[in-house]
Amino acid sequence: MSATASAPAAPSFLRRAMNQKRFAFGFVVTLLVVAFAIFAPFFSPYGEQETAGSPYSKAGLFGTDYLGQDVLSRLMHGGQGVLVISVLATLLGMVLGILIGVVAAYAGGWWDEVLMRFNDVLLAFPQILLALVVLTALQNPSAWVIVVLVGASHAPRVARVARGVALGIVSRDFVVAAEALGEKRSRVILAEVLPNMVGPLLAEAGLRLTYSIGLVAALGFLGFAADPGAANWGQMMNENRLGLATQPWAVLAPVLMIAIFTIATNLMADGLAQISQRGED
Amino acid sequence: MWLLRRLGLAVLTLWLVSVLVFLATAALGDPVRAILGRDYDTNVGRREQLEAQLGVGDSIVTRYFDWLGGLLTGDLGTSLANQQPVWGQISDTVVNTLVLVLLAALVMIPLAFGIAMISAHFRRRRPDTVIQTILLALAGVPEFVTGILLVALFSTSVFNIFPAVTLVSPGTRPWDSPEGMVLPVATLVVAVTPYVSRIVRATLLEVLDSDYVELARLKGIPEPVVMRKHALLNAIVPGIQVVALQLAWLAGGVVLVETLFSYPGVGRQLVDSVRNHDVPMVQALSMIIAGVYIVVNLVADVLSILLTPRARTAISS
Repeated sequence: MSATASAPAAPSFLRRAMNQKRFAFGFVVTLLVVAFAIFAPFFSPYGEQETAGSPYSKAGLFGTDYLGQDVLSRLMHGGQGVLVISVLATLLGMVLGILIGVVAAYAGGWWDEVLMRFNDVLLAFPQILLALVVLTALQNPSAWVIVVLVGASHAPRVARVARGVALGIVSRDFVVAAEALGEKRSRVILAEVLPNMVGPLLAEAGLRLTYSIGLVAALGFLGFAADPGAANWGQMMNENRLGLATQPWAVLAPVLMIAIFTIATNLMADGLAQISQRGED
Repeated sequence: MWLLRRLGLAVLTLWLVSVLVFLATAALGDPVRAILGRDYDTNVGRREQLEAQLGVGDSIVTRYFDWLGGLLTGDLGTSLANQQPVWGQISDTVVNTLVLVLLAALVMIPLAFGIAMISAHFRRRRPDTVIQTILLALAGVPEFVTGILLVALFSTSVFNIFPAVTLVSPGTRPWDSPEGMVLPVATLVVAVTPYVSRIVRATLLEVLDSDYVELARLKGIPEPVVMRKHALLNAIVPGIQVVALQLAWLAGGVVLVETLFSYPGVGRQLVDSVRNHDVPMVQALSMIIAGVYIVVNLVADVLSILLTPRARTAISS
Protein backbone atom coordinates (compact mmCIF):
# COMPACT_ATOMS: atom_id res chain seq x y z
CA MET A 1 0.00 0.00 0.00
CA SER A 2 1.10 3.59 -0.44
CA ALA A 3 2.84 4.30 2.82
CA THR A 4 3.66 7.91 1.95
CA ALA A 5 0.06 8.97 1.48
CA SER A 6 -1.12 7.40 4.74
CA ALA A 7 1.84 8.56 6.84
CA PRO A 8 0.29 11.79 8.16
CA ALA A 9 -2.76 9.91 9.43
CA ALA A 10 -0.83 7.01 10.95
CA PRO A 11 0.59 8.45 14.20
CA SER A 12 -2.68 9.91 15.38
CA PHE A 13 -4.43 6.68 14.48
CA LEU A 14 -1.96 4.70 16.56
CA ARG A 15 -2.25 7.12 19.48
CA ARG A 16 -6.03 6.92 19.39
CA ALA A 17 -5.72 3.15 19.26
CA MET A 18 -3.40 2.97 22.27
CA ASN A 19 -5.94 4.90 24.31
CA GLN A 20 -8.34 2.07 23.86
CA LYS A 21 -7.89 -0.59 26.54
CA ARG A 22 -8.84 -3.52 24.35
CA PHE A 23 -6.42 -2.67 21.55
CA ALA A 24 -3.60 -1.70 23.92
CA PHE A 25 -3.83 -4.99 25.82
CA GLY A 26 -4.00 -7.08 22.64
CA PHE A 27 -1.17 -5.13 21.06
CA VAL A 28 1.17 -5.49 24.05
CA VAL A 29 0.51 -9.22 24.46
CA THR A 30 0.95 -9.78 20.72
CA LEU A 31 4.31 -7.98 20.85
CA LEU A 32 5.36 -10.11 23.82
CA VAL A 33 4.50 -13.35 22.00
CA VAL A 34 6.26 -12.16 18.85
CA ALA A 35 9.33 -11.20 20.88
CA PHE A 36 9.24 -14.61 22.55
CA ALA A 37 9.05 -16.37 19.17
CA ILE A 38 11.96 -14.36 17.76
CA PHE A 39 14.35 -14.15 20.69
CA ALA A 40 13.60 -17.21 22.84
CA PRO A 41 15.63 -19.64 20.65
CA PHE A 42 18.81 -17.83 21.79
CA PHE A 43 18.08 -18.63 25.43
CA SER A 44 16.76 -22.17 25.18
CA PRO A 45 18.48 -24.60 27.59
CA TYR A 46 18.61 -27.37 24.97
CA GLY A 47 18.83 -27.48 21.19
CA GLU A 48 15.80 -27.83 18.97
CA GLN A 49 16.24 -31.57 18.45
CA GLU A 50 18.48 -32.41 21.38
CA THR A 51 17.51 -35.27 23.70
CA ALA A 52 17.24 -34.12 27.30
CA GLY A 53 16.03 -37.28 29.06
CA SER A 54 13.72 -40.25 28.69
CA PRO A 55 10.41 -39.71 26.83
CA TYR A 56 7.59 -38.08 28.84
CA SER A 57 9.74 -37.54 31.92
CA LYS A 58 9.39 -34.66 34.38
CA ALA A 59 12.89 -33.26 33.80
CA GLY A 60 12.96 -29.51 33.19
CA LEU A 61 10.21 -26.90 33.60
CA PHE A 62 7.68 -28.55 31.26
CA GLY A 63 9.20 -32.05 31.18
CA THR A 64 10.17 -33.90 28.01
CA ASP A 65 8.21 -34.93 24.93
CA TYR A 66 7.64 -38.20 23.07
CA LEU A 67 11.28 -38.38 21.95
CA GLY A 68 12.71 -37.16 25.26
CA GLN A 69 13.34 -33.64 23.94
CA ASP A 70 12.99 -30.75 26.38
CA VAL A 71 9.49 -29.25 25.96
CA LEU A 72 10.53 -25.75 27.07
CA SER A 73 13.30 -25.65 24.46
CA ARG A 74 10.96 -26.94 21.77
CA LEU A 75 8.43 -24.30 22.81
CA MET A 76 11.08 -21.60 22.49
CA HIS A 77 12.12 -22.80 19.04
CA GLY A 78 8.60 -23.55 17.82
CA GLY A 79 7.20 -20.05 17.56
CA GLN A 80 9.17 -18.73 14.62
CA GLY A 81 7.73 -21.13 12.07
CA VAL A 82 4.13 -20.43 13.06
CA LEU A 83 4.76 -16.68 13.25
CA VAL A 84 6.56 -16.29 9.91
CA ILE A 85 4.14 -18.48 7.95
CA SER A 86 1.08 -16.80 9.52
CA VAL A 87 2.34 -13.27 8.84
CA LEU A 88 3.32 -14.07 5.25
CA ALA A 89 0.00 -15.82 4.61
CA THR A 90 -1.88 -12.85 6.06
CA LEU A 91 0.05 -10.43 3.84
CA LEU A 92 -0.57 -12.54 0.76
CA GLY A 93 -4.26 -12.90 1.55
CA MET A 94 -4.64 -9.17 2.22
CA VAL A 95 -2.85 -8.09 -0.97
CA LEU A 96 -4.77 -10.52 -3.18
CA GLY A 97 -8.08 -9.76 -1.49
CA ILE A 98 -7.65 -5.98 -1.59
CA LEU A 99 -6.67 -6.18 -5.24
CA ILE A 100 -9.77 -8.19 -6.17
CA GLY A 101 -12.12 -6.20 -3.96
CA VAL A 102 -10.95 -2.71 -4.93
CA VAL A 103 -10.78 -3.51 -8.64
CA ALA A 104 -14.30 -4.95 -8.48
CA ALA A 105 -15.65 -1.89 -6.67
CA TYR A 106 -13.77 0.59 -8.86
CA ALA A 107 -14.46 -1.06 -12.21
CA GLY A 108 -18.09 -1.77 -11.33
CA GLY A 109 -20.65 -3.25 -13.72
CA TRP A 110 -19.79 -6.46 -15.48
CA TRP A 111 -16.33 -6.85 -13.95
CA ASP A 112 -17.77 -6.44 -10.48
CA GLU A 113 -20.44 -9.06 -11.15
CA VAL A 114 -18.02 -11.67 -12.54
CA LEU A 115 -15.32 -11.14 -9.90
CA MET A 116 -17.78 -11.33 -7.04
CA ARG A 117 -19.61 -14.38 -8.41
CA PHE A 118 -16.31 -16.20 -8.64
CA ASN A 119 -15.52 -14.96 -5.17
CA ASP A 120 -18.75 -16.54 -3.91
CA VAL A 121 -17.62 -19.87 -5.32
CA LEU A 122 -14.36 -19.68 -3.37
CA LEU A 123 -16.31 -18.70 -0.26
CA ALA A 124 -18.18 -22.00 -0.45
CA PHE A 125 -15.00 -23.76 0.68
CA PRO A 126 -14.42 -23.71 4.40
CA GLN A 127 -10.85 -22.41 4.76
CA ILE A 128 -9.34 -25.63 6.08
CA LEU A 129 -10.99 -27.60 3.28
CA LEU A 130 -9.26 -25.56 0.58
CA ALA A 131 -5.90 -26.36 2.10
CA LEU A 132 -6.68 -30.05 2.58
CA VAL A 133 -7.95 -30.55 -0.98
CA VAL A 134 -4.69 -29.31 -2.45
CA LEU A 135 -2.56 -31.21 0.06
CA THR A 136 -4.14 -34.47 -1.18
CA ALA A 137 -1.98 -34.56 -4.27
CA LEU A 138 1.25 -33.39 -2.65
CA GLN A 139 3.77 -35.49 -0.82
CA ASN A 140 5.63 -33.20 1.55
CA PRO A 141 4.34 -29.63 1.45
CA SER A 142 7.09 -27.04 1.75
CA ALA A 143 6.58 -23.96 3.90
CA TRP A 144 5.67 -21.73 0.96
CA VAL A 145 2.90 -24.14 -0.11
CA ILE A 146 1.29 -23.59 3.29
CA VAL A 147 1.75 -19.82 2.97
CA VAL A 148 0.06 -19.86 -0.45
CA LEU A 149 -2.77 -22.15 0.68
CA VAL A 150 -3.61 -20.17 3.82
CA GLY A 151 -3.20 -16.85 1.99
CA ALA A 152 -5.37 -17.99 -0.90
CA SER A 153 -8.10 -19.14 1.48
CA HIS A 154 -8.13 -15.64 3.05
CA ALA A 155 -8.29 -13.75 -0.25
CA PRO A 156 -12.01 -14.17 -1.08
CA ARG A 157 -12.99 -13.16 2.45
CA VAL A 158 -10.77 -10.08 2.40
CA ALA A 159 -12.04 -9.25 -1.09
CA ARG A 160 -15.62 -9.08 0.12
CA VAL A 161 -14.72 -6.70 2.94
CA ALA A 162 -12.43 -4.59 0.75
CA ARG A 163 -15.10 -4.26 -1.92
CA GLY A 164 -17.65 -3.17 0.65
CA VAL A 165 -15.34 -0.48 2.03
CA ALA A 166 -14.20 0.66 -1.41
CA LEU A 167 -17.78 1.00 -2.70
CA GLY A 168 -18.33 3.77 -0.18
CA ILE A 169 -15.23 5.62 -1.43
CA VAL A 170 -15.16 5.27 -5.22
CA SER A 171 -18.25 7.46 -5.65
CA ARG A 172 -16.96 10.27 -3.43
CA ASP A 173 -16.09 13.67 -4.89
CA PHE A 174 -12.31 13.53 -4.56
CA VAL A 175 -12.14 10.31 -6.57
CA VAL A 176 -14.34 11.77 -9.29
CA ALA A 177 -12.19 14.90 -9.23
CA ALA A 178 -8.97 12.93 -9.64
CA GLU A 179 -10.50 11.11 -12.60
CA ALA A 180 -11.62 14.39 -14.12
CA LEU A 181 -8.03 15.64 -13.86
CA GLY A 182 -7.02 12.73 -16.07
CA GLU A 183 -5.14 10.69 -13.47
CA LYS A 184 -4.34 7.14 -14.47
CA ARG A 185 -6.82 4.64 -13.04
CA SER A 186 -4.10 2.65 -11.23
CA ARG A 187 -2.91 5.92 -9.66
CA VAL A 188 -6.41 6.84 -8.56
CA ILE A 189 -6.68 3.51 -6.76
CA LEU A 190 -3.25 3.77 -5.12
CA ALA A 191 -3.29 7.45 -4.18
CA GLU A 192 -6.97 8.24 -3.60
CA VAL A 193 -8.90 5.08 -2.77
CA LEU A 194 -6.51 2.91 -0.75
CA PRO A 195 -5.28 5.50 1.79
CA ASN A 196 -8.88 6.06 2.83
CA MET A 197 -9.39 2.37 3.53
CA VAL A 198 -6.50 1.95 5.97
CA GLY A 199 -8.58 1.77 9.16
CA PRO A 200 -11.04 -0.98 8.19
CA LEU A 201 -8.32 -2.88 6.34
CA LEU A 202 -6.02 -2.87 9.38
CA ALA A 203 -8.86 -4.32 11.45
CA GLU A 204 -9.41 -6.98 8.79
CA ALA A 205 -5.67 -7.75 8.73
CA GLY A 206 -5.73 -8.31 12.49
CA LEU A 207 -8.65 -10.69 12.15
CA ARG A 208 -6.95 -12.51 9.28
CA LEU A 209 -3.77 -12.84 11.34
CA THR A 210 -5.81 -14.48 14.10
CA TYR A 211 -7.26 -16.98 11.63
CA SER A 212 -3.87 -17.53 9.97
CA ILE A 213 -2.31 -18.54 13.27
CA GLY A 214 -5.23 -20.89 13.89
CA LEU A 215 -5.01 -22.42 10.40
CA VAL A 216 -1.24 -22.84 10.39
CA ALA A 217 -1.37 -24.44 13.82
CA ALA A 218 -4.29 -26.60 12.68
CA LEU A 219 -2.37 -27.92 9.67
CA GLY A 220 0.54 -28.73 11.97
CA PHE A 221 -1.87 -30.38 14.38
CA LEU A 222 -3.26 -32.55 11.55
CA GLY A 223 0.27 -33.59 10.71
CA PHE A 224 0.71 -31.64 7.47
CA ALA A 225 3.81 -29.70 8.44
CA ALA A 226 6.60 -28.57 6.19
CA ASP A 227 9.44 -30.06 8.20
CA PRO A 228 8.48 -33.12 10.27
CA GLY A 229 11.44 -32.98 12.69
CA ALA A 230 11.35 -29.27 13.46
CA ALA A 231 9.77 -27.74 16.53
CA ASN A 232 6.46 -26.06 15.69
CA TRP A 233 3.62 -25.29 18.08
CA GLY A 234 1.01 -26.94 15.88
CA GLN A 235 3.11 -30.03 15.29
CA MET A 236 4.04 -30.34 18.97
CA MET A 237 0.37 -30.84 19.84
CA ASN A 238 0.16 -33.61 17.25
CA GLU A 239 3.40 -35.36 18.29
CA ASN A 240 2.60 -35.47 21.98
CA ARG A 241 -1.15 -36.09 21.86
CA LEU A 242 -0.87 -39.68 23.03
CA GLY A 243 1.01 -38.54 26.13
CA LEU A 244 -1.66 -36.05 27.19
CA ALA A 245 -2.60 -38.19 30.19
CA THR A 246 0.94 -38.81 31.44
CA GLN A 247 2.80 -35.61 30.48
CA PRO A 248 0.14 -32.97 29.74
CA TRP A 249 2.59 -30.03 29.51
CA ALA A 250 4.09 -31.34 26.26
CA VAL A 251 0.69 -30.59 24.66
CA LEU A 252 -0.66 -27.85 26.90
CA ALA A 253 2.37 -25.55 26.63
CA PRO A 254 2.03 -25.04 22.83
CA VAL A 255 -1.78 -25.05 23.14
CA LEU A 256 -1.63 -22.20 25.64
CA MET A 257 0.83 -20.25 23.49
CA ILE A 258 -1.53 -20.51 20.50
CA ALA A 259 -4.50 -19.59 22.68
CA ILE A 260 -2.75 -16.49 24.13
CA PHE A 261 -1.51 -15.44 20.71
CA THR A 262 -4.92 -15.71 19.03
CA ILE A 263 -6.76 -14.03 21.90
CA ALA A 264 -4.33 -11.12 21.75
CA THR A 265 -4.50 -10.63 17.98
CA ASN A 266 -8.29 -10.92 18.09
CA LEU A 267 -8.59 -8.26 20.81
CA MET A 268 -6.29 -6.06 18.76
CA ALA A 269 -8.39 -6.57 15.62
CA ASP A 270 -11.63 -5.83 17.44
CA GLY A 271 -10.13 -2.67 18.96
CA LEU A 272 -9.04 -1.52 15.50
CA ALA A 273 -12.50 -2.23 14.10
CA GLN A 274 -14.15 -0.13 16.80
CA ILE A 275 -11.77 2.78 16.23
CA SER A 276 -12.22 2.77 12.46
CA GLN A 277 -16.00 2.63 12.89
CA ARG A 278 -15.96 5.55 15.28
CA GLY A 279 -13.64 7.47 12.97
CA GLU A 280 -16.25 7.45 10.22
CA ASP A 281 -18.96 9.06 12.32
CA MET B 1 -38.64 -15.29 -9.89
CA TRP B 2 -36.17 -14.18 -7.26
CA LEU B 3 -36.19 -17.70 -5.84
CA LEU B 4 -35.41 -19.21 -9.24
CA ARG B 5 -32.52 -16.81 -9.77
CA ARG B 6 -31.15 -17.62 -6.33
CA LEU B 7 -31.51 -21.38 -6.97
CA GLY B 8 -29.80 -21.02 -10.34
CA LEU B 9 -26.91 -19.20 -8.69
CA ALA B 10 -26.57 -21.97 -6.10
CA VAL B 11 -26.42 -24.61 -8.83
CA LEU B 12 -23.88 -22.56 -10.79
CA THR B 13 -21.76 -22.17 -7.67
CA LEU B 14 -21.94 -25.89 -6.97
CA TRP B 15 -20.80 -26.65 -10.52
CA LEU B 16 -17.84 -24.26 -10.29
CA VAL B 17 -16.97 -25.80 -6.94
CA SER B 18 -16.86 -29.22 -8.61
CA VAL B 19 -14.47 -27.86 -11.26
CA LEU B 20 -12.24 -26.41 -8.57
CA VAL B 21 -12.27 -29.56 -6.44
CA PHE B 22 -11.40 -31.66 -9.44
CA LEU B 23 -8.61 -29.39 -10.65
CA ALA B 24 -7.09 -29.03 -7.18
CA THR B 25 -6.97 -32.77 -6.56
CA ALA B 26 -6.20 -34.05 -10.04
CA ALA B 27 -4.15 -31.40 -11.78
CA LEU B 28 -2.01 -29.60 -9.21
CA GLY B 29 0.09 -32.51 -8.02
CA ASP B 30 0.75 -36.12 -8.85
CA PRO B 31 -1.37 -38.27 -6.53
CA VAL B 32 0.11 -41.54 -7.77
CA ARG B 33 3.62 -40.38 -6.97
CA ALA B 34 2.41 -39.14 -3.59
CA ILE B 35 0.79 -42.50 -2.73
CA LEU B 36 3.68 -44.69 -3.78
CA GLY B 37 6.45 -42.42 -2.53
CA ARG B 38 9.76 -44.20 -2.92
CA ASP B 39 8.11 -47.19 -4.61
CA TYR B 40 7.12 -45.03 -7.58
CA ASP B 41 10.01 -46.20 -9.73
CA THR B 42 10.27 -49.80 -8.54
CA ASN B 43 6.65 -50.94 -8.17
CA VAL B 44 5.56 -50.53 -11.79
CA GLY B 45 2.54 -52.86 -11.56
CA ARG B 46 0.90 -50.96 -8.70
CA ARG B 47 1.72 -47.66 -10.40
CA GLU B 48 0.03 -48.71 -13.62
CA GLN B 49 -2.99 -50.02 -11.73
CA LEU B 50 -3.42 -46.71 -9.85
CA GLU B 51 -2.89 -44.68 -13.00
CA ALA B 52 -5.51 -46.75 -14.81
CA GLN B 53 -7.95 -46.23 -11.95
CA LEU B 54 -7.42 -42.47 -11.98
CA GLY B 55 -7.41 -42.44 -15.79
CA VAL B 56 -4.08 -40.62 -15.90
CA GLY B 57 -3.65 -41.28 -19.63
CA ASP B 58 -6.85 -39.45 -20.62
CA SER B 59 -7.10 -35.72 -21.00
CA ILE B 60 -8.08 -33.72 -17.96
CA VAL B 61 -11.39 -32.69 -19.59
CA THR B 62 -12.48 -36.28 -20.25
CA ARG B 63 -11.60 -37.26 -16.73
CA TYR B 64 -13.54 -34.34 -15.31
CA PHE B 65 -16.69 -35.22 -17.22
CA ASP B 66 -16.37 -38.90 -16.33
CA TRP B 67 -16.18 -37.91 -12.70
CA LEU B 68 -18.99 -35.36 -12.93
CA GLY B 69 -21.21 -37.92 -14.69
CA GLY B 70 -20.55 -40.40 -11.89
CA LEU B 71 -21.25 -37.73 -9.30
CA LEU B 72 -24.62 -36.88 -10.84
CA THR B 73 -25.72 -40.51 -11.15
CA GLY B 74 -24.65 -41.30 -7.59
CA ASP B 75 -21.52 -43.26 -8.51
CA LEU B 76 -18.74 -41.68 -6.49
CA GLY B 77 -16.01 -44.01 -7.68
CA THR B 78 -13.75 -46.40 -5.83
CA SER B 79 -11.45 -45.56 -2.95
CA LEU B 80 -7.76 -45.84 -3.81
CA ALA B 81 -6.84 -46.84 -0.28
CA ASN B 82 -8.97 -49.96 0.14
CA GLN B 83 -10.67 -50.48 -3.25
CA GLN B 84 -14.17 -50.21 -1.72
CA PRO B 85 -16.90 -48.08 -3.32
CA VAL B 86 -16.72 -44.54 -1.90
CA TRP B 87 -20.45 -44.23 -1.28
CA GLY B 88 -20.59 -47.26 1.04
CA GLN B 89 -17.89 -45.78 3.26
CA ILE B 90 -19.33 -42.29 3.33
CA SER B 91 -23.03 -42.85 4.00
CA ASP B 92 -22.62 -43.73 7.69
CA THR B 93 -20.13 -41.00 8.50
CA VAL B 94 -22.35 -38.34 6.89
CA VAL B 95 -25.15 -39.29 9.28
CA ASN B 96 -22.74 -39.26 12.26
CA THR B 97 -21.53 -35.78 11.38
CA LEU B 98 -25.06 -34.46 10.85
CA VAL B 99 -26.05 -35.71 14.30
CA LEU B 100 -23.00 -34.06 15.84
CA VAL B 101 -23.66 -30.71 14.15
CA LEU B 102 -27.38 -30.86 14.91
CA LEU B 103 -26.73 -31.51 18.61
CA ALA B 104 -24.25 -28.65 18.70
CA ALA B 105 -26.79 -26.35 17.05
CA LEU B 106 -29.54 -27.40 19.49
CA VAL B 107 -27.34 -26.49 22.44
CA MET B 108 -25.78 -23.43 20.83
CA ILE B 109 -28.88 -21.51 19.68
CA PRO B 110 -30.69 -21.17 23.05
CA LEU B 111 -27.35 -20.63 24.81
CA ALA B 112 -26.25 -17.87 22.44
CA PHE B 113 -29.60 -16.09 22.56
CA GLY B 114 -29.71 -16.45 26.34
CA ILE B 115 -26.26 -14.94 26.81
CA ALA B 116 -27.13 -12.16 24.38
CA MET B 117 -30.31 -11.33 26.32
CA ILE B 118 -28.52 -11.26 29.67
CA SER B 119 -25.78 -9.12 28.18
CA ALA B 120 -28.25 -6.73 26.55
CA HIS B 121 -30.19 -6.48 29.81
CA PHE B 122 -27.06 -5.17 31.58
CA ARG B 123 -26.07 -3.10 28.58
CA ARG B 124 -22.78 -1.21 28.93
CA ARG B 125 -22.54 -2.01 32.62
CA ARG B 126 -20.11 -4.31 34.38
CA PRO B 127 -21.69 -7.77 33.67
CA ASP B 128 -22.11 -6.85 30.00
CA THR B 129 -18.47 -5.78 29.67
CA VAL B 130 -17.25 -8.95 31.36
CA ILE B 131 -19.41 -11.19 29.16
CA GLN B 132 -18.38 -9.37 25.99
CA THR B 133 -14.68 -9.57 26.82
CA ILE B 134 -14.91 -13.30 27.50
CA LEU B 135 -16.86 -13.89 24.27
CA LEU B 136 -14.37 -11.85 22.27
CA ALA B 137 -11.46 -13.77 23.71
CA LEU B 138 -13.15 -17.11 22.97
CA ALA B 139 -13.99 -16.04 19.43
CA GLY B 140 -10.34 -15.90 18.44
CA VAL B 141 -9.21 -19.24 19.85
CA PRO B 142 -9.06 -22.02 17.23
CA GLU B 143 -11.56 -24.82 17.86
CA PHE B 144 -9.01 -27.57 18.29
CA VAL B 145 -7.21 -25.52 20.95
CA THR B 146 -10.48 -25.24 22.88
CA GLY B 147 -10.96 -28.95 22.34
CA ILE B 148 -7.57 -29.91 23.76
CA LEU B 149 -8.11 -27.65 26.77
CA LEU B 150 -11.52 -29.26 27.39
CA VAL B 151 -9.96 -32.72 27.14
CA ALA B 152 -7.24 -31.77 29.60
CA LEU B 153 -9.83 -30.29 31.95
CA PHE B 154 -12.56 -32.93 31.83
CA SER B 155 -10.91 -36.17 30.89
CA THR B 156 -7.20 -36.42 31.62
CA SER B 157 -5.50 -33.88 33.82
CA VAL B 158 -8.02 -32.31 36.21
CA PHE B 159 -11.22 -34.32 36.22
CA ASN B 160 -11.92 -37.76 34.82
CA ILE B 161 -15.53 -37.36 33.79
CA PHE B 162 -15.76 -37.82 30.05
CA PRO B 163 -13.76 -40.01 27.66
CA ALA B 164 -11.16 -38.15 25.58
CA VAL B 165 -12.02 -40.02 22.39
CA THR B 166 -15.21 -41.34 20.90
CA LEU B 167 -14.75 -45.10 20.80
CA VAL B 168 -17.19 -46.74 18.44
CA SER B 169 -17.20 -50.51 18.06
CA PRO B 170 -18.23 -51.77 14.60
CA GLY B 171 -21.96 -51.95 14.11
CA THR B 172 -22.80 -49.33 16.74
CA ARG B 173 -23.34 -45.60 16.43
CA PRO B 174 -21.56 -42.87 18.39
CA TRP B 175 -24.77 -41.89 20.18
CA ASP B 176 -25.04 -45.39 21.65
CA SER B 177 -22.47 -44.18 24.18
CA PRO B 178 -23.62 -40.59 24.77
CA GLU B 179 -20.85 -39.67 27.23
CA GLY B 180 -18.40 -39.89 24.34
CA MET B 181 -20.25 -37.17 22.47
CA VAL B 182 -20.26 -34.60 25.27
CA LEU B 183 -16.82 -33.12 24.64
CA PRO B 184 -17.05 -32.94 20.82
CA VAL B 185 -20.42 -31.19 21.07
CA ALA B 186 -19.13 -28.89 23.81
CA THR B 187 -16.11 -27.92 21.70
CA LEU B 188 -18.27 -27.02 18.72
CA VAL B 189 -20.63 -25.05 20.97
CA VAL B 190 -17.77 -23.04 22.49
CA ALA B 191 -16.42 -22.39 18.99
CA VAL B 192 -19.59 -20.86 17.53
CA THR B 193 -21.56 -19.40 20.45
CA PRO B 194 -19.43 -16.22 20.77
CA TYR B 195 -20.11 -15.08 17.19
CA VAL B 196 -23.86 -15.68 17.33
CA SER B 197 -24.17 -14.16 20.77
CA ARG B 198 -22.30 -10.98 19.83
CA ILE B 199 -24.39 -10.36 16.72
CA VAL B 200 -27.67 -11.02 18.53
CA ARG B 201 -26.65 -8.68 21.37
CA ALA B 202 -25.79 -5.91 18.91
CA THR B 203 -29.20 -6.29 17.24
CA LEU B 204 -31.00 -6.38 20.58
CA LEU B 205 -29.27 -3.18 21.67
CA GLU B 206 -30.18 -1.47 18.42
CA VAL B 207 -33.84 -2.37 18.92
CA LEU B 208 -33.87 -1.52 22.63
CA ASP B 209 -32.59 1.99 21.82
CA SER B 210 -35.18 2.56 19.09
CA ASP B 211 -38.14 4.93 19.35
CA TYR B 212 -40.90 2.38 19.29
CA VAL B 213 -39.40 0.40 22.18
CA GLU B 214 -39.14 3.68 24.08
CA LEU B 215 -42.83 4.22 23.38
CA ALA B 216 -43.65 0.71 24.59
CA ARG B 217 -41.78 1.44 27.83
CA LEU B 218 -43.62 4.77 28.22
CA LYS B 219 -46.90 2.93 27.83
CA GLY B 220 -45.90 1.02 30.96
CA ILE B 221 -45.11 -2.35 29.44
CA PRO B 222 -42.76 -4.16 31.83
CA GLU B 223 -39.13 -4.54 30.69
CA PRO B 224 -39.15 -8.38 30.42
CA VAL B 225 -42.12 -8.19 28.04
CA VAL B 226 -40.38 -5.48 26.02
CA MET B 227 -37.35 -7.72 25.79
CA ARG B 228 -39.30 -10.80 24.74
CA LYS B 229 -41.94 -9.30 22.46
CA HIS B 230 -40.30 -6.29 20.91
CA ALA B 231 -36.58 -6.88 21.01
CA LEU B 232 -36.21 -10.62 20.58
CA LEU B 233 -38.61 -10.91 17.63
CA ASN B 234 -36.64 -8.27 15.78
CA ALA B 235 -33.38 -10.03 16.48
CA ILE B 236 -34.57 -13.23 14.83
CA VAL B 237 -33.70 -12.37 11.23
CA PRO B 238 -30.10 -11.31 11.88
CA GLY B 239 -30.00 -14.26 14.27
CA ILE B 240 -30.98 -16.71 11.53
CA GLN B 241 -28.32 -15.30 9.24
CA VAL B 242 -25.50 -15.58 11.73
CA VAL B 243 -26.65 -19.03 12.89
CA ALA B 244 -26.63 -20.20 9.27
CA LEU B 245 -23.20 -18.70 8.75
CA GLN B 246 -21.93 -20.55 11.80
CA LEU B 247 -23.62 -23.82 10.77
CA ALA B 248 -21.92 -23.48 7.41
CA TRP B 249 -18.68 -22.80 9.24
CA LEU B 250 -19.26 -25.99 11.26
CA ALA B 251 -19.14 -27.92 7.98
CA GLY B 252 -15.42 -27.10 8.01
CA GLY B 253 -14.99 -26.88 11.77
CA VAL B 254 -15.89 -30.54 12.24
CA VAL B 255 -12.71 -31.50 10.38
CA LEU B 256 -10.46 -30.61 13.30
CA VAL B 257 -12.86 -31.46 16.12
CA GLU B 258 -13.65 -34.91 14.72
CA THR B 259 -9.97 -35.62 14.20
CA LEU B 260 -9.18 -34.55 17.75
CA PHE B 261 -11.83 -36.79 19.29
CA SER B 262 -11.55 -39.60 16.71
CA TYR B 263 -15.25 -39.07 16.04
CA PRO B 264 -16.28 -41.25 13.06
CA GLY B 265 -17.60 -38.48 10.79
CA VAL B 266 -16.82 -36.90 7.43
CA GLY B 267 -14.21 -34.57 8.91
CA ARG B 268 -11.97 -37.27 10.26
CA GLN B 269 -12.55 -39.33 7.15
CA LEU B 270 -11.45 -36.37 5.05
CA VAL B 271 -8.23 -35.95 7.01
CA ASP B 272 -7.47 -39.68 6.77
CA SER B 273 -8.16 -39.64 3.04
CA VAL B 274 -5.92 -36.61 2.54
CA ARG B 275 -3.15 -38.41 4.42
CA ASN B 276 -3.63 -41.48 2.18
CA HIS B 277 -3.80 -39.27 -0.94
CA ASP B 278 -7.09 -41.05 -1.64
CA VAL B 279 -8.28 -38.75 -4.44
CA PRO B 280 -11.82 -40.13 -5.08
CA MET B 281 -12.65 -40.01 -1.36
CA VAL B 282 -11.37 -36.45 -0.96
CA GLN B 283 -13.33 -35.33 -4.02
CA ALA B 284 -16.57 -36.84 -2.77
CA LEU B 285 -16.15 -35.56 0.79
CA SER B 286 -15.25 -32.01 -0.26
CA MET B 287 -18.24 -31.90 -2.60
CA ILE B 288 -20.47 -32.93 0.31
CA ILE B 289 -18.99 -30.31 2.65
CA ALA B 290 -19.15 -27.52 0.05
CA GLY B 291 -22.66 -28.65 -0.90
CA VAL B 292 -23.86 -28.41 2.70
CA TYR B 293 -22.30 -24.96 2.93
CA ILE B 294 -24.14 -23.74 -0.18
CA VAL B 295 -27.48 -25.27 0.83
CA VAL B 296 -27.33 -23.80 4.34
CA ASN B 297 -26.63 -20.34 2.92
CA LEU B 298 -29.47 -20.73 0.43
CA VAL B 299 -31.94 -21.72 3.14
CA ALA B 300 -30.82 -18.83 5.33
CA ASP B 301 -31.29 -16.34 2.49
CA VAL B 302 -34.76 -17.62 1.70
CA LEU B 303 -35.81 -17.70 5.36
CA SER B 304 -34.62 -14.19 6.10
CA ILE B 305 -36.39 -12.85 3.01
CA LEU B 306 -39.61 -14.59 4.02
CA LEU B 307 -39.37 -13.22 7.57
CA THR B 308 -38.68 -9.62 6.54
CA PRO B 309 -41.89 -8.04 5.20
CA ARG B 310 -40.01 -5.12 3.63
CA ALA B 311 -37.72 -7.39 1.62
CA ARG B 312 -40.68 -9.62 0.70
CA THR B 313 -42.54 -6.78 -0.96
CA ALA B 314 -39.35 -5.51 -2.58
CA ILE B 315 -38.70 -8.74 -4.46
CA SER B 316 -42.30 -9.45 -5.42
CA SER B 317 -42.78 -6.07 -7.03
